[in-house]
Amino acid sequence: MNQIYWPSVFFLIFGALACGFAVAVLLTANIVRMAFYLVLSLAATAGLFFLAGQDFVGAMQLLIYVGGTLVLLIFGVMLTSQERFVSMKTMAGDWLIGLGAGAALLFLLVIAATSVPNWRGRDAAEVQQMQVEKTAAPIAMGLLGARVDQINEPAQANIVRSGYLLHFEIVSIHLLVVLIGAAYLARAKRKPASVPTT
Amino acid sequence: MDSLLTLANLLTEAPGVAHFMAVGAVMFVCGALCMATKRNALGVLMGIELVLNGANMNFVAFGSRQLHNGGNFLGLDGPLMALFVIVLAAAEAAVALAIVLNFYNNHDSIDVDRADQLQG
Repeated sequence: MNQIYWPSVFFLIFGALACGFAVAVLLTANIVRMAFYLVLSLAATAGLFFLAGQDFVGAMQLLIYVGGTLVLLIFGVMLTSQERFVSMKTMAGDWLIGLGAGAALLFLLVIAATSVPNWRGRDAAEVQQMQVEKTAAPIAMGLLGARVDQINEPAQANIVRSGYLLHFEIVSIHLLVVLIGAAYLARAKRKPASVPTT
Repeated sequence: MDSLLTLANLLTEAPGVAHFMAVGAVMFVCGALCMATKRNALGVLMGIELVLNGANMNFVAFGSRQLHNGGNFLGLDGPLMALFVIVLAAAEAAVALAIVLNFYNNHDSIDVDRADQLQG
């Protein structure tokens, strides 16, 4: 019975990578190294998403987050990395207070996560018999307003089978407004127009 | 202390929601400390990304059918909330980067401690 359960091994590998590089982001003072460690940490997070069976979210994490957002951040690092800003040390007092508060918060969160029996793992044999389901189609239909995942459940008056079309529209418009705003904020300053001498 | 033992002997057991939440908690705390202690404005932004990912981990774990072991189940809400968080994080990074670059152009510095003009 005590066979090694391989998904757990991969969980340990990806979890250790994600946590370790997150701690490395916190501990290093060099902004370029922070960006690199952040890329690795978020990529390992995508691996954890795959292990949880959410393949679509994991793929989007790699595409949008690692491929888009972090490249944007690295552009920011390259545009501002003058010699004196590459390595900015945190003061010792900040470290002391921060690490104390952080350790307390971490202790609280982990205790809360492990104290609920329903949140513990299933039996490994039971999980291995489950069908691997594809998650992209239900998510896409949900964004269009149709909940195909609830289609077989008995109709009840108090269950509202609503999709996510409104949320999708709100996020779309939000993204449009934000990108226009960002382009406006970051535009190149126009030099004062030289008065033409006639 | 007994509850912490559920995180041990993982090699022969399937990981559960609690394990994912523990990883998410570590990322959340690291991100929060980054936001609090980094003096580089881009370091603060990276802390925000870590916090959002730590929270995303919980959404994904609670929406996963193979981790679900009784109790409340998020279903499709979990992955969709995670997707919305990813998109909003991209939007937030774009605006925050624009603000940081503006600050850098105006003040010739990226130290957040120098941004004290609004201080009374």
